[in-house]
Amino acid sequence: MASQEPPSPLRMTYREACKQALRQALAADPRVFLMGEDIGGYGGCYAVTKGLLEEFGGERIRDTPLSESAFVGAGIGAAMVGMRPIVEIMTVNFSLLALDQILNNAVTIPYMSGGQFAVPLVIRMATGGGRRVAAQHSHSLEGWYAHIPGLRILTPATIEDARFMLIEALKDPNPTIIFEHVMLYNMEGELDPAVASVDISAARVRRAGADVSLVTYGGSLFKTLGAAEQLSKEGIDAEVVDLRVLRPLDARTILASVTKTRRCVIVDEGWRSGSLSAEIGMRIAEEAFFELDAPLRRVCGREVPMPYAAHLEDACLPQAESIVLAARELVRPS
Amino acid sequence: MTPKVHLDHNHLRHLLKAMIRIRRFEAKCVELYQAQKILGFLHLYDGEEAVSVGVMEALGPQDAVIATYREHGQALARGVDPGCLVGEMLGKLNGCCRGRGGSMHFFHRQHRFYGGNAIVGGGLPLALGVALGDKMQGRKAVTACFFGDGAADEGEFHETLNLAKLWRLPILFVCENNLYAMGMAVERAEADTDFVHKASGYKIEGERVDGMDVVAVESAARKAIERIRASSDPYFLECRTYRFRAHSMFDAQLYRSKEEVEAWRKKGPIGRFQTWLEENHLIKREEVLEMEKAIDAEIAQAVAFAEAGPLEPISDVERFVTMEEVPA
Amino acid sequence: MPALGADMEAGTLVQWCVKLGDRVKSGDVIAVVETQKGAIEVEVFVDGVVSNILVPVGERVPVGTVLARIDGAGEMPAAAEPVAVATRTPTPPRAAPEVRRAKPEAAPQASRQKVTPVARRRAAELHLDLTVLKGSGVEGSIRLADVEAAALIQTPPPTVKKGLDLAEMRKAIAAAMSRSKREIPHYYLSDTVDLHAALAWLEHFNAERPPIERILPAVLFLKAAALALHEQPKLNGFYENGAFVPGDGVHVGWAIALRGGGLIAPAIREADKKPLAELMAAMRDLVERSRRGGLRGSELTSPTVTVTNVGDRGAETVTGVIYPPQVALVGFGRVVVRPWVVEDRIEGRPVVSLSLAADHRVTDGHLGGLYLAAIARLLQEPEKL
Repeated sequence: MASQEPPSPLRMTYREACKQALRQALAADPRVFLMGEDIGGYGGCYAVTKGLLEEFGGERIRDTPLSESAFVGAGIGAAMVGMRPIVEIMTVNFSLLALDQILNNAVTIPYMSGGQFAVPLVIRMATGGGRRVAAQHSHSLEGWYAHIPGLRILTPATIEDARFMLIEALKDPNPTIIFEHVMLYNMEGELDPAVASVDISAARVRRAGADVSLVTYGGSLFKTLGAAEQLSKEGIDAEVVDLRVLRPLDARTILASVTKTRRCVIVDEGWRSGSLSAEIGMRIAEEAFFELDAPLRRVCGREVPMPYAAHLEDACLPQAESIVLAARELVRPS
Repeated sequence: MTPKVHLDHNHLRHLLKAMIRIRRFEAKCVELYQAQKILGFLHLYDGEEAVSVGVMEALGPQDAVIATYREHGQALARGVDPGCLVGEMLGKLNGCCRGRGGSMHFFHRQHRFYGGNAIVGGGLPLALGVALGDKMQGRKAVTACFFGDGAADEGEFHETLNLAKLWRLPILFVCENNLYAMGMAVERAEADTDFVHKASGYKIEGERVDGMDVVAVESAARKAIERIRASSDPYFLECRTYRFRAHSMFDAQLYRSKEEVEAWRKKGPIGRFQTWLEENHLIKREEVLEMEKAIDAEIAQAVAFAEAGPLEPISDVERFVTMEEVPA
Repeated sequence: MPALGADMEAGTLVQWCVKLGDRVKSGDVIAVVETQKGAIEVEVFVDGVVSNILVPVGERVPVGTVLARIDGAGEMPAAAEPVAVATRTPTPPRAAPEVRRAKPEAAPQASRQKVTPVARRRAAELHLDLTVLKGSGVEGSIRLADVEAAALIQTPPPTVKKGLDLAEMRKAIAAAMSRSKREIPHYYLSDTVDLHAALAWLEHFNAERPPIERILPAVLFLKAAALALHEQPKLNGFYENGAFVPGDGVHVGWAIALRGGGLIAPAIREADKKPLAELMAAMRDLVERSRRGGLRGSELTSPTVTVTNVGDRGAETVTGVIYPPQVALVGFGRVVVRPWVVEDRIEGRPVVSLSLAADHRVTDGHLGGLYLAAIARLLQEPEKL
């Protein structure tokens, strides 16, 4: 009997991981089909769906006209009658055109019908800034969507989560939105071949630490990990918590971290006021107030419509430097 | 071959009874609303009965229905039990939706009744999905999507019609043109008041029909369904009708004259049909009275059923925000 | 460690009631000491700030050992540097990164201190006074590391010692009484006092008052014994080092029998000056605290004379043993009704046997007799007590 070698890890981009997830889903369940703009012939705005039309055909990979409201509503209706549609809204910026269908139909129908109908719909959206595409194309509205009861909001920030969160989302009877940060698509990494699935309920401590908790999600994760590296050189041991699920929030992991380190910086690309960081901060204040050894701090998007000029955009987004500054100030106040 | 409406005695009585049932039901709703048992918004269907009754005759149980907030007629004509509709409006647990939705949000799984939508035009994209889902799963079903003249101004109308034709979805678009979108007359809102013409802009076949003539509506609907099944394309039916009551219970109707309303009442579907039946000796006045008595008893029973129903415990208020599973 | 009894040689420090840096004023309780007589509260008699705590909880030290230092009033230490303690260190502080000193200002006093929630919680657990700490946290807040660095003594939650060790108390009484008999040449005098007027007046007095304000006959005895010392001051004081030292006031030690057989005689200070109602309250309070174990050291060391009243179930006459270094013990027996000559008749009158045990080195029978006569006389005019 030949000895079993451990299978080699798969190296791939975040984009490729998203695609593999879609392929797995389409292959496994005939009820799964895709709808979205330019997902077929074009291969996807971010090239996520490239090749899928050829592989699965036009019935299951449906290019839509530029009608966000109609095709998201179509996804809702199809989900209600037994299908498992995955709707791609090109970016969160265009999702506003479908907001009525999402908020007034997708999440209300199960409730308003008294539980007669579920809406097992998955929506994927690209999100976030950093690509110099200016104010109408750089929004970070994950926090807005996380405000809505009935939705599950996922923010895969690692190759592994990009690969496997979608599969779990399809098992969820509730409408789920998966946010893919535009700066992550090119990110490369290794998949652990032993991992065949992930949960879509818990936050994950990506880096354990003792001095301060850095809580973040999505596109800000790697900046935050970078900040933690920098801080460790200064002798400050930061713990990095990747939220992974913005709704429902895994308060337990957040609170456990803050109870341990007693200091917290929340990193959220959304505009500061009323952002998700406000919700997280409030939860900590509500449930871990007596554990805190320093005020709560956050690093957020600056409250401006995103400017085009590169240096201005960079100044408006959370960066590793600003995270380091905030964390340092809590641990070693000047 | 154009399907004929079988004008036998039973069928005619059935059509009349169905319309009277709706009219009486709406009257009862007014009573319950003024007694503050029905709360919130109430949108009544008086004058439009022929549209729902006629269209539902052409549909089978395997077909799907999507309606608007003015949906009592559609629900009753579809066969939903009046008791659970009153229960719903009284906010009771024995309502079709456990009291969660009220007058504007009836859902009924067995009757394939997918709401009830309070957003004008909000149901159209849903109809796309229902029809698409049925088609992809090989079901031979038609989705009847009811909406008003106002919905034709929403972007969803245009997106939906375009996509329905593009993807060849089996949807019967039923536009109930009652000449007013709340208080906005069609002449003031539409660059083109010809709704069939609007549909033709998306290459969707359609027809205008006199919405006050139940037989004409039934005939047109049957033809439409046949066209849909034959062509696998959507079809558009504009039903010209009129709303005798205000938009909702809060409407002072400043936008139309009493004389106009009265004139339309004289042309109303029930009176017209009943007169025609009596003149053609197809029905006797006594039969109509008996019909009315039976309907009133039915409605009284529905109200009693609803009033006897319990309220959902507040501790259950978060149930179904998220679903544990997809209902089988 | 104060001497809280004649034969106290050592005591155990069971509780600190102040922390480093606490402001104290004369009369404040600073610690609790365990003696043979039970737990006694120790007061300070100066104003100042606790600058040094030298004996940790649990240590038994001889009388006279310095327990703590109090700096003169008005001076606050410039920086609240924690002082190391010889014994018992707290849990080692968390290895924290280098802490930068807060701005060199006076420690925040008047303005509101910033304290992080967890630091406040920890300080409360450790019974630490936050007002002397300097914060090294954000915006100068006191944070956990500051509290843990300042913590010296892990004080157990204050527990009032319940119950007295009667065996120990008996030993103490034995020692004191033996010493008394060994050293003090006692002489004894007694008298019988007609209480008719006193009790009649008392009945009238009490009738006009609700039960809570009524006074017992013992209060009259106490007041009379105290006032009479004005006439015979040589019975009020101490015999020390071969000489009589008068008391600085009339502080009557009131003998209280404890359940189970103990005896204690804490002082009612300035008993001659207190109105009857106040004496009643003081008596009641002392009895309660004696039994509970909540007496203060000063109450045990300051009596200038002792009065013992045997009460309703005692003997008719009490001939006592002086409690050194006092020089007199006044005794009141049981009030009885005896035949009494009033004018020319014989009546039953309430009478009490009044006795004096006195130190013959200081007074003799003549003065003692005058003292008893004074008490008897005072008890005939109860309204003047």
